[in-house]
Amino acid sequence: MDLINLALKAIFVENIALAFFLGMCSFLAVSKKVDTAMGLGLAVVFVLTVVTPLNALINNYILKDGALAWALGEEKAAGYDLSFLAFITFIATIAAAVQIVEMSIDKFAPALYSALGVFLPLIAVNCAILGSSLFMVEREYTVMQSTVFGFGSGVGFWLAIVALAAIRERLKYSNVPPGLRGLGITFMITGLMAMGFMIFGGIQL
Amino acid sequence: MKILRDTLDKFEPLFTKGGKLEKLYPVYEAADTFLYTPGHRTASGPSVRDGIDLKRLMIMVVIALVPATLFGMWNVGFQHLRATEDWNLAPTAAPFFECLLYGAIKFIPVYAVTIVAGGTAEAIFSIIRKHEINEGFLVTSLLFPLTLPPDIPLWQVAVGIIFGVVIGKEIFGGTGMNILNPALTARIFLYFAYPVDISGDRVWVSGSGSGEWIDGATGATPLAFFYSNGNAPEAMAAADSLSIGWFDAFMGWIPGSMGETSTLMCLLGAGILIFSKVGSWRIMAGCGMGMLAFTLLLNFVAFAAGLGADHYTAVSPAWHFVIGSFAFGSIFMATDPVSAAQTNTGRWIYGFMIGALTILVRVLNPAYPAGIMLAIVFMNVFAPLIDHYVMKANIRRREVRLGLQ
Repeated sequence: MDLINLALKAIFVENIALAFFLGMCSFLAVSKKVDTAMGLGLAVVFVLTVVTPLNALINNYILKDGALAWALGEEKAAGYDLSFLAFITFIATIAAAVQIVEMSIDKFAPALYSALGVFLPLIAVNCAILGSSLFMVEREYTVMQSTVFGFGSGVGFWLAIVALAAIRERLKYSNVPPGLRGLGITFMITGLMAMGFMIFGGIQL
Repeated sequence: MKILRDTLDKFEPLFTKGGKLEKLYPVYEAADTFLYTPGHRTASGPSVRDGIDLKRLMIMVVIALVPATLFGMWNVGFQHLRATEDWNLAPTAAPFFECLLYGAIKFIPVYAVTIVAGGTAEAIFSIIRKHEINEGFLVTSLLFPLTLPPDIPLWQVAVGIIFGVVIGKEIFGGTGMNILNPALTARIFLYFAYPVDISGDRVWVSGSGSGEWIDGATGATPLAFFYSNGNAPEAMAAADSLSIGWFDAFMGWIPGSMGETSTLMCLLGAGILIFSKVGSWRIMAGCGMGMLAFTLLLNFVAFAAGLGADHYTAVSPAWHFVIGSFAFGSIFMATDPVSAAQTNTGRWIYGFMIGALTILVRVLNPAYPAGIMLAIVFMNVFAPLIDHYVMKANIRRREVRLGLQ
């Protein structure tokens, strides 16, 4: 039950794109067409679901203060705090996972691969991914919790980017003021969408 | 009437190309087409001959809103009378014209500010961007004041409607292009920016804080009463402070926003909208079904989990139907043809989700007592996505039928 609540919270209440505004670069750039957005969204879901628990494992058993107790014994491990390595390790895990996703998409869905273009490798530096790993550290999730949390954040991002893409497809024919065309209006839409997502703000799970 | 036409014709050269006031043409055009049928014809095919145009469509919505507006004005006066003279005053015993007059004094300034401030914003945009001032604004400008409490400061009304018109509509290119309902965008903006004047128990009856209220009077709406007391219709009917039964809530002589309290008047409006085929009955029915389904689910959960009959989750669908602005929202706001889903299947899904989310927010989200406004905006965000997949499914179905897949 707690895990379901955690997932719902990550998807709706604390939507990583529309409540924290993380991962904006790909959110804004790859949302021109629903199908591409769908592909990127699913890739993000996959990467987040893999990476967050992986990072949780690394953090809980290697990096955290005294986490090496399983290898060195309680007393010796107490002196080791490797959490200053957190950023660089997390980034490495993320880059590796993204590499795997990239190669498999290239192999199994070449059309999607060319549509996503440079943004697929850019998932590696998508702040939504690193962000959810860092939230995981801050909130001290266990490995199980961080799997659910990573999955939930991914689904939240996916939902938001697909909705944004559908809106932008509809806006293709509207006469947006010249200065706002492109990214400008997309920022505005993102803000309005975030206003809509406030419907879930305040739900205690 | 001929004089009016002649005057308009006399001034026309001033505004047409080459005239002195050429830039203000949209203003002239708006005045002209508001009073008379526009003279332009379809320039190219397909040449559909039909009396209905955007103007007639929008005027129909305004007509449908008239009962709710008039009742709302009377109710503002009636609630004020209750709070200042006799809390147990029967609606039939209240002096009709006195109530209406008091309500008009409260409502008309708000409406006027909406028209002037929003209209100016719209006119500026239409002059610079060279599009017509649209009748859509008439609907927005009537819907918006109806959702506000009677004592709202007028500067907030102006700020709200300008936000709604500019950010909610004009930056997308004007009427027909917006993604969210402009009236609701304005309302939500005010709700989050100035919550003190638009939420709580004191704002829904006019004259609070002026010392005029008699002892025991409260501005609490039935929605707020349920919210803080759980499922308590009997208690609410018995409470000296409120004395509201289901029938009162249905008729609408209860505290609330200026135009949304009466479910009966909203249903009248729904009749007009459905009869004239301006509002989608699928969306309205979807909202009703979503509300019903989710409320019954909650009732069942309350029953299964043994939460007791006085828990908020045990409130019956009949009550959810008449409290808050469920009827107003699902009939007038959700059916906005621009921001709603455009496909028939999509409309069912869209409506159903609005109904369900409304109850979800009312019962399960402690941050907001009322949910319909946020539920509609949330589904506005997802309406294009629903349409996208409904259309895709349709294409796929036809491909399968033709053996292409």
